[in-house]
Amino acid sequence: MAKNNQTTSKGMGLHARRVIAYIVLGIITFFCLFWFYILFINATRSNGELQAGFTLLPSTHLVENWKNLLAGTLPVWSGMFNSLIISTCSAALCVYFSTMTAYAIHAYEFKLKKFIYPFILLIMMIPTQVTALGFVQLVSKMKLENSFIPLIVPSVAVPVTFFYMKQYMESSLPLSLIEAARIDGSGEFHTFNVIVLPLMKPAIAVQAIFTFVSSWNNYFTPALILHDDKKKTLPILIAQLRAADWLKFDMGQVYVMIAFSIFPVIVVYLILSKHIVQGVALGSVKG
Amino acid sequence: MKNKSKAVSYNKWGYIFLLPFIIVYVIFQLIPMVTTIYNSFFENYMSGLKQIGPNFVGLQNYKDLFAQGDIWIYAKNTLVMWILCFIPQILLSLLLGAWFSDVRLRLKGSRFFKTVIYLPNLIMASAFSMLFFTLFSDGGPINSLLMQIGFIDTPYKFLSNAGSARGLIAFMNCLMWFGNTTILLMAGMMGIDTSLFEAAEVDGATSSQVFFKITLPLLRPILVYVMITSLIGGLQMFDVPQILTNGTGDPMRSTMTLIMFLNKHLYSKNYGMAGALSVVLFIITAILSLIVFKVTGNDKRKG
Amino acid sequence: MKRKIVSTILCAAMVISTMAGCGSSSSSSADAGTSDSGSSTTANESTASTEAADTTDEATASSGDEGKVLNIYCWNEEFKSRITDHYPGYTEKDATTGTIGDVTVKWNITPNDDNAYQNNLDATLLKQQDAAADDKIDLFLVEADYALKYVDTDYTMPVTDLGITEDELSDQYQYTKDIVTDSDGVLKGVSWQGCPGVLFYNREAAKEVLGSDDPAEVQKAVADWDTFNETAKTMKDAGYSMTSSVNDTYRVYSNNVSSKWVDDSGKINIDDNIMNWVEDSKALVDAGETGTHELWSDDWSKGFYPDGKVFCYFGPAWLVNFSMAADTEGSIGNQGGWGATEGPQGFFWGGTWICAATGTDNASLVKDIMLQMTTNEDVMKDIVVKDDDFVNNKTVMEEMAADTSYSSKILGGQNPLGIYCKGVETLDLSNLSSYDQGCNEEFQNAMKNYFEGNATLDEALDLFYTAVEEKYPELTH
Repeated sequence: MAKNNQTTSKGMGLHARRVIAYIVLGIITFFCLFWFYILFINATRSNGELQAGFTLLPSTHLVENWKNLLAGTLPVWSGMFNSLIISTCSAALCVYFSTMTAYAIHAYEFKLKKFIYPFILLIMMIPTQVTALGFVQLVSKMKLENSFIPLIVPSVAVPVTFFYMKQYMESSLPLSLIEAARIDGSGEFHTFNVIVLPLMKPAIAVQAIFTFVSSWNNYFTPALILHDDKKKTLPILIAQLRAADWLKFDMGQVYVMIAFSIFPVIVVYLILSKHIVQGVALGSVKG
Repeated sequence: MKNKSKAVSYNKWGYIFLLPFIIVYVIFQLIPMVTTIYNSFFENYMSGLKQIGPNFVGLQNYKDLFAQGDIWIYAKNTLVMWILCFIPQILLSLLLGAWFSDVRLRLKGSRFFKTVIYLPNLIMASAFSMLFFTLFSDGGPINSLLMQIGFIDTPYKFLSNAGSARGLIAFMNCLMWFGNTTILLMAGMMGIDTSLFEAAEVDGATSSQVFFKITLPLLRPILVYVMITSLIGGLQMFDVPQILTNGTGDPMRSTMTLIMFLNKHLYSKNYGMAGALSVVLFIITAILSLIVFKVTGNDKRKG
Repeated sequence: MKRKIVSTILCAAMVISTMAGCGSSSSSSADAGTSDSGSSTTANESTASTEAADTTDEATASSGDEGKVLNIYCWNEEFKSRITDHYPGYTEKDATTGTIGDVTVKWNITPNDDNAYQNNLDATLLKQQDAAADDKIDLFLVEADYALKYVDTDYTMPVTDLGITEDELSDQYQYTKDIVTDSDGVLKGVSWQGCPGVLFYNREAAKEVLGSDDPAEVQKAVADWDTFNETAKTMKDAGYSMTSSVNDTYRVYSNNVSSKWVDDSGKINIDDNIMNWVEDSKALVDAGETGTHELWSDDWSKGFYPDGKVFCYFGPAWLVNFSMAADTEGSIGNQGGWGATEGPQGFFWGGTWICAATGTDNASLVKDIMLQMTTNEDVMKDIVVKDDDFVNNKTVMEEMAADTSYSSKILGGQNPLGIYCKGVETLDLSNLSSYDQGCNEEFQNAMKNYFEGNATLDEALDLFYTAVEEKYPELTH
C-alpha cells in the first residue's frame, strides 16, 4: 500500500494498477468458470469415455445422456419442481422474517432485548450437524415425513441471516427515518413493509441468493425426510442415480443431471444479482 | 394518546415482530438442541439395531473425549485449514471490493466480474469434489501437466500428503466462498453514501486513502459479520474434506475436522458422545467469537 | 449401442443352453427362446405364472386376512425393475407404487449416500411394533456387508416361518445362504443373484510375459499367493502392474478368513489372512508392483485400457460385462482382450438379499415373492435372459457352464461360467459378523496410510482400532 502512496502522480500508477486489476480478474474468472466448462464437457461424454480419463474436448453423447436420463425411472422434472418450491419458499420466508426479527431488535427498545439479542448470536454458534438427527426424530413424531413443511418452515428462524440483516441495518438504516414515518402516521407494520423492506433490498437480494442456493444444494436433511420418489429434490435424485446398480450405472447421466440441476440456480442468481451488482455499479458511475 | 403511552405501544411491536422467529425456533431447533445437551450426560447409542442406554453417566462422555486427546488434533486441523482458506479469501475479497468501488479505476466489465465470482458456490460440494478428484488424481491432468513441464518425474499424490491435502481443501473452500464474502462486502459498500467518495476525491485523497479511511471504517459492521460467520462456518467445516477424503481425513487424519469427528459418532447414533462433542465445540466457538467481538466491537460504537 | 450387442449375444447363448438342458419345461422356455430378448414380457410372464401354480398352493397371495399395503424398503431401482419385469401379476402404477391383485405395493427408496438408507430403515424398523398394519415394513433389501446387522435380530423373519422349506432353496449357492444365516443357524433371507468372482487377466500381457494366454497356463502363475507375488515381479520387469490397486485383492483375502472380526467378548480381532493381505500388499506397493487407488477411481480404472498396463483385476461377471468399459472403443474388453481364471482363492462381490420384516401383515405374499424371484426356474432363466444376471441357481448355471456353444466376446471367446461356479463352491462364509461393513472399510482406509508410508504398521493399526471403536462404541481391542 505504501507503494501506491508514492505513485500519487496518478496517470502511470493508475494505468499500471488497472492492468494488474485486469490480469488478476482474468485469472479469477478462469478459476470461476473452468468448473462449469468441465461439467459441460463431462455431460457430453459417455460412461466409458469418462472412465478413460479427462479431456478438454467435448464429445457427442450429450443428447444421448439426456435421453437416457429421461427414459430412466427417476422423476427428473418433478424433482426440479420440488426443488424450486422448497428453495423459493425457504428463501422468501427466510429473508422476510429475518429482516423482521432484525428490525425488532434494531428499532425497538424493550425489556427482553438485552437478553434476546445475545441469545440469538449464541445459538448461531451451535453446530447444525447434531441437531439434525434430533430434528429428524422430531419430524417423524410430528408425522411430517414426506412433507415439505419441515424443510421450509424452519427457515423463518435462521440466526445467520438475522445477524446479517442486523449488521446491515446498523450501517444503513437510520432510525430518524422510522421516526419520520411515525410522525406521518404510518402504522408499525406498514412502516416495516413499505419503508424498511425496500431500503433493505441489496441485503435481501444477497441473503435470498444464499438461502436459495444452500436450500437447493441441501442433501442431508431432505434425504432423511423425503422418501417418496415424487416428493424428492434434485440432490437426492442425483445421489440415487449414483447409487444405481451396475447394470444402470452411468456417469454420463449423472453429469447431465448435475448440469441440469445447476441451470435454474444460475438463472435465479442472475436475476437476483442485478440488485446487488447494479447498485454498486451505479455508485461508481456516479463518482 | 399521550407521547409516553405511545412509546410503550411502539415497543410492544418489538415483541410482535420477534414472535415468528421465536416460535419457529423453539419448535424446530430449541427442542432438538436441548435434547443434545441433555444427551451428553448419558450413555446412549445403537449397537446395530439394539439401543444401548440411555444410562446416566454424568461427565463420563466428556472425560472420554478429553482422555483420548484426539479432539485437540482435530481442532488444530480445523483451525489450520480455516486460516489457510480465510486469509487469502478475505484479502482477495477486500481487494476486489476496493477495486470495484474505486471511482478512479473505472474497470470495464466490472458487472461481469462481479457476477462471475459467486458462480462456484452454485455447484454442489459433492459435484465439485468429483471434479477435483478427476483433476488431481495420480494420472490426472494436473499431474501430467506437471510432468510434461519437467516439474516432477513421478505423479505427485496430492491427497496422500498432509500439506497438499490440506492445501487442496483450503483452496476448494476458498474458491467456493470468496465470492460469497465479496458479495457481502459489496452489498455493504452500497450502503455508503457516494457523496463521501466524491468529497474525498475533491480533497485529493488517493485510492488507498479512500479505502482505508472511508470504506473500511464504514464497512466495519459487515466485516465483523464476515469474520464471525466465517469463523463459525470454518469451525463447522465438513462437506469438502468429508467428500474429498471419503470421510477418512487421510493422510493419518491430518484433514479430519471437528465436525467430521462428530459425524463418526453419528454412525452409531452415539448421542452421548456426539452431544458432549457439540457442547465442547459450542464452547470453543463461543470463546473465539467473543474474542472477535471484543477486538472489533468497541470501535464499532465510536465509528 | 455396443453394450446392447454384447448383451444380446450373451442372452442368445444362454437361451439356447437352457433349452437344451431343461427337459421338463422345454415347451415354455421355447416360447422365451423364440421371442427376442427385450420384447415379449407377456409370453414370459404367462409361463412363469403357470409354473407358480405348481410350486405354491396359493399363487395369488391376496387372501382375505392379508394387509392391503405391501411396503418395500430398498436403496435403488434394481429390485423394482426385477419385480416389474418378472413377478407375475405386478402392475406398475407410477414411480413409487404398483399393485399385485388388490394389494398396493409401496416402494420406499432411499439412496445409500451418508448411510441414509440404513438410518431410514433402522428408524422405521424400531417403530415397527407400534406402526399401523399398513405402515409396517413387509420386505426390505440388504447387502452382504451389513446383512448380519439385520439378520442377527428379531426384526427379520426366519424363512421357514413364512413356510419356505429348505428343499425349495436347495439349488441356491451355499455362500448366499451363509450371508443371511444368523448366529443360531437360522436362515433369514434369500437372493436371486450369485456373484462369484474370478481373476480377469490381460491376454496381451499374459502372452508377452508368461508366454501363453491359455487360462490353464495363466492359472499356474497365480495359483496361490506366493506364486502370485512372484509373477508380480516378472510383470513389473515387463512394465506391468500386477493389479491396479491393493484394494483389488482385499476381498479375496477377507472372504477366506478363519475367524470373525469381533470375538465373543466384544474384542476386535484381525484374522491372519487379513494380516497376510497387509504383508503381501505392502511388499507389492513398495516394489512398485501395484497402486493404492480407491476402487472406482479414475486411477483404478486406467487398466481397463491397454495403456494402463495392468495385468489383472478380481471380480464377478458383472464387473467385466458392465463396468470395465467393454462398450468403449479402444478398451481391452472391447477387443476381447480379457481372460478369466480362478486365481489364488475363491470370493464373491456384490449381490442383494431379500428379508422379510417381522410383523409383516402380508406374509404369504412375501413368501410368494421370495419363491418366485429366487427359486422359480422360469423366472431365473428370464432374469438371465433379460438382465444378464448370474442367478442364484446351481442347476441353471451349471447347465450353461457345460455348454460349449456359449462364449463371451469380452473374454476372447472363453466360456467362463465353469470357472465362476468352481470358485464359489469352496467359499466358506461362516465367519461373518455384524461388524463387517465398518471393519472392512476402516481397515482398508487405515492400511492405505501404512502402504503409502504415512504411518508405521502400529500407527495404522491404532488408527483402525480408533475408527472402529468410534463406529461401534461397544467394542474394545
